[in-house]
Amino acid sequence: MTELLVGTRKGLFVLEGEPVAAFEITTRAFVGEPVDYAMRDPRTGRLYAAVTSPFWGPRIWFTDGAPGGEDWQPARGVALPKGGKEALKRIWVIVAGEADGVIYAGGDPGVLFESRDDGETWALNSALWEHPTRPRWRRDSGGLSVHSIVPWPGEPDRLALAISAAGVWLTEDGGASWSHGNEGIVADYLPEEARANAIDLCVHHLERAPLRPERLFMQFHGGVYRSDDAGRSWADIAAGLPHDFGFPVVLDPADPDSAYVIPVTTEDRVTDGRVVVWETRDAGATWMPRDRGLPQHNAWLSVLRQSFAATGSGAGLELYFGATSGEIVGSGDAGASWFGVATRLPAIASVRAG
Amino acid sequence: MAIVRLRGQLEKLAGSSELTIEGGTVTEVLKALEQEHQGLDGWILDERGVLRRHINVFVNGEPAEPDGAVEEKDKLEILPAISGG
Repeated sequence: MTELLVGTRKGLFVLEGEPVAAFEITTRAFVGEPVDYAMRDPRTGRLYAAVTSPFWGPRIWFTDGAPGGEDWQPARGVALPKGGKEALKRIWVIVAGEADGVIYAGGDPGVLFESRDDGETWALNSALWEHPTRPRWRRDSGGLSVHSIVPWPGEPDRLALAISAAGVWLTEDGGASWSHGNEGIVADYLPEEARANAIDLCVHHLERAPLRPERLFMQFHGGVYRSDDAGRSWADIAAGLPHDFGFPVVLDPADPDSAYVIPVTTEDRVTDGRVVVWETRDAGATWMPRDRGLPQHNAWLSVLRQSFAATGSGAGLELYFGATSGEIVGSGDAGASWFGVATRLPAIASVRAG
Repeated sequence: MAIVRLRGQLEKLAGSSELTIEGGTVTEVLKALEQEHQGLDGWILDERGVLRRHINVFVNGEPAEPDGAVEEKDKLEILPAISGG
């Protein structure tokens, strides 16, 4: 049985099913509230939800009970320093760390939080918050978001994260200091003269290959990239794709040469009438369209950066993506074929599978 | 001391539907409320100390501004704003 945690504009939906046919909606929680992200920590089973209440502000909630129950608790410390000029706008992502009890969360305005007690209390990462380049970071239409956090398997002090639009950031000392990882990324939305030392790089999503942790894949704002040196430098691997624009990227954890992307047009940021997932198994040298079972006529889907998820690995890799139009599609055979999981949900902001 | 009335989520977090709080303005009362009841910290005022955008405060039944004066035994109610579309 596979569980999908689906964050939507109108609450958290939990779906369960087998990876062959439509899933059952088993739970709604935070009814009517924007749920930007939800995940279950595989180490503890604890469930987390990032909820941006239009009234009470952004917050992380957690529960050890049933997702539809009354046990959800608001976490403490998910806030910027009091008395400053900025307020936390949104939590974009929550990720299990490598050390026991450690959880990370990224948010707007370009902030990283760390918890050492399984998400009950949190602290702002001050080195990133006070980084001297921060005045040069630029908001994109979605804000200034830490949306991708990728731990290094087995090495708790090594972490990469991505900010839209402030590029890739790397730490090897547990977040005490941060360095850029932007070499090779070309921001064609900037004048040529401004590209060489640009810091306002609009990374859309970042993933690390767990069996070869120095390898990362990135969907950029115009470009798909791979790094083989832990995120310090990047090579464009978009050749062969119909569009180099998109938002999410997912990997098969069993294959460090694998990546899946969902290209959309640069102009309107939706699929170009056909929905096609593109897969590489040679680290981006070639790409293969995976469209069996996906809509091929009049399909203009918008799939956001947190709305493409994978669980399992190898031939049994399950893939799921959700659209802002409220439909979810899945594959139980690593993208070889696709089936409808759900329709008519509110606009989907995130999908996590487990 | 003003009388602060809470409903819904705020009542649950504070563990009470009515509290007496010191303060000479709406913002002073709200700051004191959040300080005295840590479960409410950040729910009404953001990190800048600014009243969250979609929250309305009423004093004695009248809409109040953050810098509005609060007198002894005034009744404050903190409510989500009307929203929709």
